[in-house]
Amino acid sequence: MKVWLSGHRVLVGVVAIVLLVLGGGGYVAWTAVHQPAVSEDAPAPNAGDVVFIDLDGGQDRVTTLEPDGRRATSSLRCQRFYRAAGTSVCLRLAGPGPTYEAAVLKADNSVLKTIPLPGIPSRARVSASGNIVAWTSFVTGDSYTVPGGFSTRAGFFDLRTGEVTESIEHFEATVNNRPMKAADVNYWGITVAADDTTFYATLASGGLNWLVKGDLKAKTVRSVRQNAECPSLSPDGTRVAYKKRPTPLDKWSLVVLDLRTNKETTLPETSGIDDQATWLDANTLAFGLVKGGARTAVYYVPADGSAPARAEIHNAASPVSVK
Amino acid sequence: MYVASTRSPGRTPKVSGRLPGTVFALGTVSLLTDISAEMVTAFLPVYLIYTLQMSYVQFGLLDGLYTGATAVLRLVGGYVSDRTSRPKLVALFGYGLSAVTKLVFPMVGASSFGIGGVLATDRAGKGIRTAPRDALISLATPSDQLGAAFGVHRAMDTVGALCGPLLTFLILSQIGTAAGPVFVVSFVFAAIGVVVLLAFVRERRSRVNRSKVSVKAGMGLLRDAKFRRATIAAALLGLVTISDAFVFVVLQKVSDIPVGFLPLLPLGTAAVFLLGAAPIGRMADRFGRWKVFFAGHVLLLVTYGMLLVPDGGFLAVAIALAAHGLFYACTDGVLSAYASGFVPADLRATGLATIQTGQALTRMVSSVVFGVMLAGMAMSSAVIALVAVLIAALIAVALLVRSS
Repeated sequence: MKVWLSGHRVLVGVVAIVLLVLGGGGYVAWTAVHQPAVSEDAPAPNAGDVVFIDLDGGQDRVTTLEPDGRRATSSLRCQRFYRAAGTSVCLRLAGPGPTYEAAVLKADNSVLKTIPLPGIPSRARVSASGNIVAWTSFVTGDSYTVPGGFSTRAGFFDLRTGEVTESIEHFEATVNNRPMKAADVNYWGITVAADDTTFYATLASGGLNWLVKGDLKAKTVRSVRQNAECPSLSPDGTRVAYKKRPTPLDKWSLVVLDLRTNKETTLPETSGIDDQATWLDANTLAFGLVKGGARTAVYYVPADGSAPARAEIHNAASPVSVK
Repeated sequence: MYVASTRSPGRTPKVSGRLPGTVFALGTVSLLTDISAEMVTAFLPVYLIYTLQMSYVQFGLLDGLYTGATAVLRLVGGYVSDRTSRPKLVALFGYGLSAVTKLVFPMVGASSFGIGGVLATDRAGKGIRTAPRDALISLATPSDQLGAAFGVHRAMDTVGALCGPLLTFLILSQIGTAAGPVFVVSFVFAAIGVVVLLAFVRERRSRVNRSKVSVKAGMGLLRDAKFRRATIAAALLGLVTISDAFVFVVLQKVSDIPVGFLPLLPLGTAAVFLLGAAPIGRMADRFGRWKVFFAGHVLLLVTYGMLLVPDGGFLAVAIALAAHGLFYACTDGVLSAYASGFVPADLRATGLATIQTGQALTRMVSSVVFGVMLAGMAMSSAVIALVAVLIAALIAVALLVRSS
């Protein structure tokens, strides 16, 4: 046998390559054929619906969940989605590289503008008025502490002026009342207030991070407190939800900070979160989370910490409520 | 045999006849393996952050550990392949290990320990196979064609590196972000690479005196003045080579081109490297491999210089990427070719591993230091310091080589 093999190594090699190509090609073809069906004409969502991304089969379709549990799948595919007041933002694959873009869409899902991203989709938000679209993308492989780590770029687009700010890293930053001049400043998770000018975000530098409050017009930010990531401002502007962890080796939990009393509440059963939470209404937060090796699910949790987070939509991400 | 003085009228002298088939076979193995590796590299951030909702930061922390471990395994791979005089078998183990991990990825799911373990295994495979593979190339090639051989190998390798992300894009856009297809296709390419290595790469079983190969003999290499000088010089120049990611990020910011071009900058460097590797390898055979290696670092100085040109736009970016790609073409394969020229055949893999490891470790140190500098000062100050240190290192290396 061994002698035969070494005598016919080229033949055996060619046969092995053919089998590998057929096996791999067959598997890919089979997956392509067995894609979930799509209803291409999902009606526009109504107030009270929750829109999310359905991860089933890697299709990433923007899907509407009505209060009675019925679902409508749209043809829109995104890695990250958010909508408010008839403006939607969809972070998605754009071209070879692979490169990604932020697509700003009108109420009928027609594209208003696309903005190329420097990295992969991470966070997306639309202000309550629908005027300001903000996003964050991960730039992999250029961490400022570890080669091969990460950095982020957070930018925004003002629909009223048509102006795109690709990154807010040139904003004048004040941390602990001192100007921040380091070259390794990263921002992520912009959340804009009802006035379309005030915003909160996370600023990171030198391995530390801060919750910062900023002004989009004056191009300034000021630190509010340390160790708070991916903030999400409540609809009434009184509370900020963010993820927080004791040390970089621990898991994050979801925390709500009351801006009036400066009191933090850690929400139960949210350990392991790595998401920018969404306010479904004045008292409920939603976010994506993987628990115990299961698939990603969207969890709901009361913002006052009165009950543990529970999984509501399985195999889903990017929840947003329609108001 | 190429002799510089023989010039028949009307014919330019040619350095290389035909390169041995082993070089092209190993180039094919690397091409296929790189398609597989780069497919996963392009997909992994999306997979981790999006599909598994995992924090990417933890993997950044582990990355430094992997780089260190890979460096040590490179030495082990080199030593074992010399000791057994079976470089093909050791390389096969490394390639096989990396191929298998592609199927394990989707199985471990969202366990950071699992993903970390698979990533570490993949890197281990890469570390183990590098030195024996380079030894196989050098042992199969006549000594006057070493530069050309390594140049062709690196060019083929880079073709794979450019195709991988393209395939990932095609799968993501046509099928979706499900993990299965990307990892399966990636595995198929890696497995075909292993089959090609098994069936089409013949190693010439040298009658090496194995008793001569020992840790002591490996250390003895460093007693050889020429080898020691090359190792120190490569390590010293590695100490002033920051990671590509830094080059691209700083370049985009300083030149002020739109930030959306950032993901495309690595393609520029790779394309120039791809086109330049083989001709520059041949040039190195003609004009001296060490000279070309040194000249490559002068080109790196050009790249760093462009990082100081504010608002240079696309012209500055083009110059910087061209110099960066040529820097790789002048250094990556040329260093292996240079070392292969004088490291004895029975210690070839160990010798190559030693030089490459020294360079890899100092490059890692430089990136960490540069990162710390960026955290503490303005970008331009950090780049000016980098340029100054590179000039100092170039002078030191020039003196070091001249003094002998």
